[in-house]
Amino acid sequence: MAKLRQCAIYGKGGIGKSTTTQNLVAALAEAGKKVMIVGCDPKADSTRLILHAKMQNTVMQLAADAGSVEDLELEDVLQVGFKGIKCAESGGPEPGVGCAGRGVITAINFLEEEGAYDEELDFVFYDVLGDVVCGGFAMPIREGKAQEIYIVVSGEMMAMYAANNIAKGIVKYANSGGVRLAGLICNSRKTDREDELIMALAEKIGTQMIHFVPRDNAVQHAEIRRMTVIEYDPNHKQANEYRALAQKIVDNKKFVIPNPLEMEELEELLMEFGIMEVEDEAIVGKTAAELAA
Amino acid sequence: MSELTREQAQALIEEVLEVYPEKAKKDRAKHLMVNDKTIEQSKKCITSNRKSVPGVMTQRGCAYAGSKGVVWGPIKDIIDISHGPVGCGAYSRGGRRNYFSGTSGVDSFCDINFTSDFQEKDIVFGGDKKLAKLIDELEGLFPLSKGISVQSECPVGLIGDDIEAVSKKKAAEIGKVIVPVRCEGFRGVSQSLGHHIANDAVRDWIISNRDDKAFEGTPYDVAILGDYNIGGDAWASRILLEEMGLRVVAQWSGDGTLTEMENTPKVKLNLLHCYRSMNYIARHMEEKYNIPWLEYNFFGPTKIKESLREIASHFDEKIQEGAERVIAKYTPAMDAIIAKFKPRLQGKKVMLYVGGLRPRHTVGAYEDLGMEVIGAGYEFAHNDDYDRTMKEMKDATLIYDDVTGYEFEEFVRQLKPDLIGSGIKEKYAFHKMGVPFRQLHSWDYSGPYHGFDGFAIFARDMDMTVNNPCWGMLKAPWLKDDAEGELKAA
Repeated sequence: MAKLRQCAIYGKGGIGKSTTTQNLVAALAEAGKKVMIVGCDPKADSTRLILHAKMQNTVMQLAADAGSVEDLELEDVLQVGFKGIKCAESGGPEPGVGCAGRGVITAINFLEEEGAYDEELDFVFYDVLGDVVCGGFAMPIREGKAQEIYIVVSGEMMAMYAANNIAKGIVKYANSGGVRLAGLICNSRKTDREDELIMALAEKIGTQMIHFVPRDNAVQHAEIRRMTVIEYDPNHKQANEYRALAQKIVDNKKFVIPNPLEMEELEELLMEFGIMEVEDEAIVGKTAAELAA
Repeated sequence: MSELTREQAQALIEEVLEVYPEKAKKDRAKHLMVNDKTIEQSKKCITSNRKSVPGVMTQRGCAYAGSKGVVWGPIKDIIDISHGPVGCGAYSRGGRRNYFSGTSGVDSFCDINFTSDFQEKDIVFGGDKKLAKLIDELEGLFPLSKGISVQSECPVGLIGDDIEAVSKKKAAEIGKVIVPVRCEGFRGVSQSLGHHIANDAVRDWIISNRDDKAFEGTPYDVAILGDYNIGGDAWASRILLEEMGLRVVAQWSGDGTLTEMENTPKVKLNLLHCYRSMNYIARHMEEKYNIPWLEYNFFGPTKIKESLREIASHFDEKIQEGAERVIAKYTPAMDAIIAKFKPRLQGKKVMLYVGGLRPRHTVGAYEDLGMEVIGAGYEFAHNDDYDRTMKEMKDATLIYDDVTGYEFEEFVRQLKPDLIGSGIKEKYAFHKMGVPFRQLHSWDYSGPYHGFDGFAIFARDMDMTVNNPCWGMLKAPWLKDDAEGELKAA
């Protein structure tokens, strides 16, 4: 058996991490890989396309119902969906209360202790909340967890800022553990020269754009049915895109400690591609009235 | 050991500091001083209330300890909820020996640990619902409680629980005072900030509750602030005040009640024993209600007499006569105690390292017994404490702030005191060094030490510790011959 590969998917909120992850995982499963998804987001929407469920029962919710996390069994939290994909959601509180980060830590510890990472598995994918706001959301990339990180990004400015920030976070853990940046996944928003831009960004950070996933309504059509494109319409060309991404990840050998850009460098890149205006220092801090004068 | 000169004392500090790395040495040097009575302000010679240096075995507590353990815990008819995981409440329960009268579990709740016992799920999903449920259960189980305080442990501050909202809602439902206290342990550098936070919570949620309620006052109403009734201290203090004709309306907070606290703004004078932990509320009452406050000292007859006369000076002749009457009544008994114990303790040297007020307040009591305090320090004092301490201590004595285990042991090795007064964590280290030791936080399971009654016990305890035959038996008989001389010196 090949060694278990643990991968974490990060990226700006709303960029399409969960959708990309589930389609990618479905493609891997279709190719005969044994895969598990661990959702690390209180929203708990990382497994719905695999399970055809609205929302999976989460580790934390089940623990709260049972009294404590020690009262749970692995079977309670692990569900099996499309092509035998194992699914778990850490879960967490409603917005504005409690500590979602601790929920991620507790859930991952529980899965580890209970032996969810069994020898049969080829891949584990952690689908993590948009920003690494605290230690809890860095849990999936600590030592002994995910070694490969994929950042979902698009040609939009904020998505690229976020990707660069995530790369900064990876550097910290890369120096103390074995985690490496494995590539940028471009989830297209159909901005101008998007592929070139992301390739340029990837090169500057020291990584690769592992795949360019074009935008296609088939993804939404599948999603309405709580399905991946792979399952909903296996012959659709978009399904092939995810298969291509899956194959590239299987074959991926390029794992790097990233070299995140300074703010100026990033802005230069954005200006070069016309996403950002050249900054006019003369207007900084001036009110409309002052500028008119 | 004979008295040190200023130069010798300074050399001793420097010698002790020598082992530290440069940065730690520089930091610790600011916290150690040789007393100089010519200096008025301690800020010129000692730094205090700063973060402890890592690795030095500081004896400090945390903000929660200062609030729950010290200020709130002793109020007997209020239930203190240790809000968070179970340990903080368990380890702050009953250790201070703050006595109370009443029936535990019926109208008094000092010796019960109430906790919300946080689990993982409470951290992740928040503890507000559990707190609300806990308050409902307390109301059902202990209907005679007068109120509840919510003492925040660390996680409550980290996860952002809204204990204020829960407290307000539940207070309206059950018709009792519920006080949220934001005393998370990580706040501040020691328990001292916890005292301040606790005082502020009393100010915000309790002190003005009876402002517009009728109160039958007398011209002789006083409140005792900062007496936690350790081993019955407040009782031994209260009787003296009452005997001189004053009416003690409230005890803060040893054997105290919520009603007493709410009535305190009606008194004529606030009497402050532990300045460190309750000066905040005394100052607040001075500002808002124009009530003067007075620091007093009820350790040892000299200081007690001084204090009684000073307290009386704020009242009329009736009280002043009362003070003299009380002094006259107890003086023969005090003289007898001194006659009995002073010859046994004369010239003995003492080193102190305690908390709020004792490193300075007990100096007079030791001196009444012919003993001399050659070193004193505080775990969590501020510079206003050291201002006061420098006046009490002799010239060229050692003063040490947040002393480290190493420094304290070295000072003791070199100065060879006959008695150390400090806490439980220091006790056994010094016992093993063969130095007589009294636990001065909880009076070593004895007390009271306040008041004239307390002095009788204080004198007896110091004698039985210093002159205990056990100190001559620390060496095995077969090792004794060669070392006879050394033993006598020790």
